[in-house]
Amino acid sequence: MTGLTFSLKDNPQLDRWLRFQDDRTVRIGTGKVELGQGVLTALAQIAADELDLDIGQIRMMSGNSIEGPAEGYTASSWSIEHSGAAIRVVAAEVRALALARAALRLNAAPDELTIVEGAFLRNGAPSGIDYWSIAGEINLSAEATGTVPPRPGSTYRLVGTSVPRIDLRAKLTGSGFIQDMALPGMLHARTLRQPGRGATLIGLDEDAIRRRAGAAIQIVRIDNFVAFVGVDETAVRAAAIAAAACAVWENARALDPEQAMPDWVASQPSIDQRIGDPLPEPAPDRVSVRFTRPFLSHGSIAPSCAVALYRDDILTVWSHAQGMHPLRENIAKTVGLSPNKVACHHMQGAGCYGHNGADDAALDAALVALALPGQPIRHMWRREEEFGYEPLSSAMAVTVHAALDPAGRPVDWTTEIWSATHGQRPGVGGAYLLAADALKEPPPERKPFDIPLERGGGATRNGIPLYDIDAKRIDLHLIHDVPVRTSSLRGLGATLNVFAIEGLLDNLAARAGEDPVTYRLAILSDPRARRVLEKAAAMADWSSRDAGGAGSGLGLGLARYKNSSAYAAVVAAVEVDETVRVTDVWCAVDAGLVINPDGLVNQIEGNIVQAISWTLMEEVRFGLEGIATVDWESYPVIRFSDMPEIRVELTEAGEHPPLGVGECAGGPTAAAIGNAVAHALGIRIHDMPMTRDRIMTALMA
Amino acid sequence: MSKALTLTVNGQDHDIDVPLTTPLLDVLRNHLGLTGSRYGCGLEQCGACMVLIDGRATYSCSREVGTLAGRAVTTVEGLGSAAALHPLQQAFLDEQAGQCGYCLSGMLIAAKAFLDQNPQPTRSEVAAALDANLCRCGSHPRILRAVLKAAAKIHPKAA
Repeated sequence: MTGLTFSLKDNPQLDRWLRFQDDRTVRIGTGKVELGQGVLTALAQIAADELDLDIGQIRMMSGNSIEGPAEGYTASSWSIEHSGAAIRVVAAEVRALALARAALRLNAAPDELTIVEGAFLRNGAPSGIDYWSIAGEINLSAEATGTVPPRPGSTYRLVGTSVPRIDLRAKLTGSGFIQDMALPGMLHARTLRQPGRGATLIGLDEDAIRRRAGAAIQIVRIDNFVAFVGVDETAVRAAAIAAAACAVWENARALDPEQAMPDWVASQPSIDQRIGDPLPEPAPDRVSVRFTRPFLSHGSIAPSCAVALYRDDILTVWSHAQGMHPLRENIAKTVGLSPNKVACHHMQGAGCYGHNGADDAALDAALVALALPGQPIRHMWRREEEFGYEPLSSAMAVTVHAALDPAGRPVDWTTEIWSATHGQRPGVGGAYLLAADALKEPPPERKPFDIPLERGGGATRNGIPLYDIDAKRIDLHLIHDVPVRTSSLRGLGATLNVFAIEGLLDNLAARAGEDPVTYRLAILSDPRARRVLEKAAAMADWSSRDAGGAGSGLGLGLARYKNSSAYAAVVAAVEVDETVRVTDVWCAVDAGLVINPDGLVNQIEGNIVQAISWTLMEEVRFGLEGIATVDWESYPVIRFSDMPEIRVELTEAGEHPPLGVGECAGGPTAAAIGNAVAHALGIRIHDMPMTRDRIMTALMA
Repeated sequence: MSKALTLTVNGQDHDIDVPLTTPLLDVLRNHLGLTGSRYGCGLEQCGACMVLIDGRATYSCSREVGTLAGRAVTTVEGLGSAAALHPLQQAFLDEQAGQCGYCLSGMLIAAKAFLDQNPQPTRSEVAAALDANLCRCGSHPRILRAVLKAAAKIHPKAA
């Protein structure tokens, strides 16, 4: 019995997911979008297998708010688990419907028929009919029943193989991105950003801006929203650069560099919540260690971009945001149109790694398009706008508390977390699109909200250790009043929570006089977690690890992402003098059934590289007038010469359902580096990023 | 000041009529329809906009087009096409060296200029050569492998 999966309950109609097209292809719809993670290739593999098609016969239609399924945001590593499961069920059902029609047409028993590349064979011989010749007889406007079991795993042809990415060739030869869209008569646009909610524009020297533009531009002003628009992108960009100095604002947001510090965030008033087991009475004696990380930027390599056109009462928006159905709702609500007058289409952009400026740029483009009907508007943020106005990942502090038994093993555990929200995607918890703040009637201020743990958690993500401990809980201090917008960055709270949990575990192992792997295995009964830990240790030749303290170290980190998704164990080797250099990373992952092994390894490698960057060098700083880290010099990220050797291996787990993998290695990588540095120095550094200053301070102490 | 200028891109001459201060990147993308060179920062910090100018990898985001009369500009479109990939593009495809792919044009250009100078590099030489190019997806290990693979293919070592 298969039943209806999560996404299918929301979108039961078959043709949302699957249509036969005249060019002998099959269009597969998904609400999940390509962010560089290879999801469209993986979903095409699932569909092709289930339908007995060649991969080249599949056309993916992704993120189409008119014709495609609504699946919320492409987030939290749910795409394969949700969209993949739905496509599998729909494809199996449509295949069965087609087979039944074909059997009727051929006066054959269904078990005489097989399908090869979409053509029906009768007892192995061509029958003259295929999916497309009987497509008209299949009612795809019907709802899925979930009664046709998908094929057994033993019959997969494409699932489990490394089919090359279907989008990569175009991207290697100069096309494939929303930034490349060119519609007839298209105008370019840039914005002057309102410096914070409540800021009022009281003066704008439009003449000076026009002079600096150097060519004709239009200036679109809607309350406190300002855009510069014209045929000539160079002029429009020059206008936007000049505009900041030509604008006078009242009530502009003021920041204090101190507010960027995790300790400042943690000292703010909070809404407190205990999740998990009650604290025993009396409270046990505990070992407690505090860890922090700063605000982080998504740092997309491209500033956000959108194209919009308002014509014949329909507002069409092309966007690289992570969910086209939510975007349609949010834009319609903001501009006062009915959702059925707004169409949102996904176009690929640069990697976003979470909620960056993409959604906000789409509203910007829509506002300009509504002001200039009939003219396509290509709106692009500036680099400093992306760094300065995208939602940040919240600075956090985590204190982990463990009570120990006589053998030094934890029997009671609290992960105490101070953080602003990690869940402020538009439409979630009262959050909205950025430019809505600039309009005459801004939406009500959002209420304190973060993603609940049962939906994967925000700040709390991976706050519960996966180890066997009698009582485990999270004490969350959710901070509402931080002066910047915060939202989801790959991994959310898991990065620091895993860094902290695994850091304390290494301390506890040392107290008990045990090896970190041995210590963990003694309190770890989950066989899949044990397997990745043992595998990573073997890959890294862990047993030859020395006593440490001499400047080179080996450390490990382990987690199951969201406590429900892929398992990852990471071992990192570091060399530390004044700075930390990661020389080698070994990673073992259990992702259940793997759709595309090479694509999965590519994601894990990327997650590891990004986590090294977070752990060693990334930190958003505030200035008095806004975010101070607005370019790649002030916000450095990892480069080629910092690159370690990275080896990733997958454990055999094909009997388990597929698990989301794109975020599973980040926390364990950060933890592995933290533990390796502690091993190398004999001193633990508790604060990310582990910069030269922090190393020197630790060495002097 | 707007003035007609003859710009040589991918071996073809183009007469263009734009202010001489216009960034080369804007001319390539908006006047010549060559979208392979990408806007990333406009600050010569990320490398997404790189093109070859007389064979040298150069940022195009702030390079004024007026400085380029008589110079040969090569963009990623000039390396190869989807139907006929350059060995570097083929190696990137073979290694699946990319995730979002936004940085790849600049990577290919930087790698091309480098391999022309150093046909048989080591991994650390490739890393140093590409250090000006940012990738945020973490495709670096694959890109390094791809460039080394392309080098071996373009200039096979003597047996």
